[in-house]
Amino acid sequence: MGPHSTGTHRMRTAITVERWTPLSIASVALAVAVLIGLAFGPLVLGANAVDELTTLFIYVILAVMWNALAGYGGLVSVGQQAFFGLGAYAAVRLADFGVGVYPALVLGALLVGLVSLPISAFMLRLKAGEFAIGMWVVAELAHLLVNLDSLVQGETGTSLIALNAYAAETRHALTYWVALGAMTALLGTVFALLRSRVGAAIQAIRDNEEAADAVGVRVLRTKRIVFVLAAFGAGMAGALWLATAISFQPKTYFSVQWTAYMIFMVLVGGLGTFEGAILGAVIFFAIEAWFGSAGVWYLVGLGATALVFALFLPRGLWGVLESRTGWRLLPVGYRLRFSDGGSPLPHGRTASVPVHAGGSTSQG
Amino acid sequence: MIWLNQIVQGVLLGGYYALIACGLSFMFGVMRVINLAHGSLAVLAAYVLWLLADRYEISPFLGLGLVLPAMAALGWVLQRAVLERSARGGLLVPILSTFGLAIVIDNLLFEQFGADTRSLAPYIDTLSYDSWTITDDIYVGELAALIFATAVVLLGGLQLFLSFTPLGRAIRATAEDPDTVGLVGIDARTVNAAATAIAMVTVGLAGGALAMRATFDPYAGAPQLIFAFEAAVIGGAGSLWGTLLGGIVLGVAQTIGAQISPQGFLIAGHAVFLAVLFARLWRGRIADWVRIRRGRIA
Repeated sequence: MGPHSTGTHRMRTAITVERWTPLSIASVALAVAVLIGLAFGPLVLGANAVDELTTLFIYVILAVMWNALAGYGGLVSVGQQAFFGLGAYAAVRLADFGVGVYPALVLGALLVGLVSLPISAFMLRLKAGEFAIGMWVVAELAHLLVNLDSLVQGETGTSLIALNAYAAETRHALTYWVALGAMTALLGTVFALLRSRVGAAIQAIRDNEEAADAVGVRVLRTKRIVFVLAAFGAGMAGALWLATAISFQPKTYFSVQWTAYMIFMVLVGGLGTFEGAILGAVIFFAIEAWFGSAGVWYLVGLGATALVFALFLPRGLWGVLESRTGWRLLPVGYRLRFSDGGSPLPHGRTASVPVHAGGSTSQG
Repeated sequence: MIWLNQIVQGVLLGGYYALIACGLSFMFGVMRVINLAHGSLAVLAAYVLWLLADRYEISPFLGLGLVLPAMAALGWVLQRAVLERSARGGLLVPILSTFGLAIVIDNLLFEQFGADTRSLAPYIDTLSYDSWTITDDIYVGELAALIFATAVVLLGGLQLFLSFTPLGRAIRATAEDPDTVGLVGIDARTVNAAATAIAMVTVGLAGGALAMRATFDPYAGAPQLIFAFEAAVIGGAGSLWGTLLGGIVLGVAQTIGAQISPQGFLIAGHAVFLAVLFARLWRGRIADWVRIRRGRIA
């Protein structure tokens, strides 16, 4: 029973389901071209530009991962700094054990994904606001436990000394490529996940958990997939940040500010839209470049902007643009087209999420 | 004996946690909203009290007479301007909007008052260190006892208020079904605004307690929110007397943790919170299992 069958209820109006449109084919091709172009970055750009772009890639990772969790999964966490900090810590630890410094970044993030599994068993039982602050408690605990490691020396912190083995220019280029690769891989994963049955299931849970459960979506398992992916992504971002900053001070990495940044990027760009999270990361990157030096007032501005968007524009800039223009650059949803010349449904981004997504009966 | 004293101190500390958790628990019970700016608003009240005492030499207890009505007004505005609009956007928007508000409050406080830690202890005479000696090893601080008593009176008072007053009944009815109460002549918007105002009065009291018993700084809101949340969840979110018990459990765990190791204070608190969550999870599973078995037999 796919969405096709809805056509029978509309008498002679046949409805076709479309994913790819000429616009989305063009924009995906453009995105791939941009990514390929970016791969040549360190060969043509100056050291400063390479560093700046690396930072942008990390912001994109943070925004896309938080958006996958909150925007698609309906799991608003204010504790993602737990995984960000643990990713950096795992990289420092592994490098200290003698693992090569760049493999340590990826391996560290994988470990964070692994650690998030048992955490999910606790946290996914909590609802809405309870989940949000519960994750914050997890972040505080992770911070305190990391401080106990003698390698970290409490709040004094430590450094990723192994990076000194590389000449500055090589190091910047390598970090850039790892960040670009991680960003591309994570974007691709989220894209593929959203187009899969899991993607439909996730959004069904976000929109109505009981209803999703009733039609056979495995709620807990589906949430766990998003949770672990988001933890892995945040861990990767933390490890990459460490590679750019070199020094590891627990207080900086486990700061709730990281989550504030993620929320800002996603709210401004567009909660629950794939394109919006990327747009939000670019906007945040620009705002930080212009106003970052304003210190405390800059933070006040970020908080106030997040508040205003939550109250008045909860779908963000991309959400507004999308509903005005009907643009869908990346085909992560479905939409219906009426064959008698009618236009697509105005808000049809996920107008016909297939309900057969989950498989057999629900668990837990 | 030193352990017994730690437990006594933990119970007294639990009184403060119950006080700060009371408003959070009340709002969760009534409006299903968790206000992430809860701790920051308590710290805001603490700063106003400090300002009144430091600049205008108004005793903190007199200051509360000014700050509590102001907090009530702020609660009314908060409900009308932020929470009401957020709640229309679903369950997730209030989390985002109150988180944004918390960032604004924290950083404005930093902008205004700088990074220095402050305390009201110098403005309350000997109350900040007076204590009753019970035995050689056990003493009870007068301020800590006062805060504990305030928490008990407040929680009891709220319970009586919800049970026996017309407004209390209206608040409970609105919590039950905000659409239907309109049919019996209750304005849900006004009732929710009144409930938030009451919650903010408790936040003002908690801010006063925080400022008198310890030091605070512009970013002290986040830990207060976390402690309040832990106490509320341990006690069973939304239950007022449970909140007192939750506060005590958290306080005792922290003081015992501190006795074990210097970092143990915070770690033990968070660990107890997670342990309680875990126990609930298992209790649910066991209950489900029993139900299934019974179902099969029947």
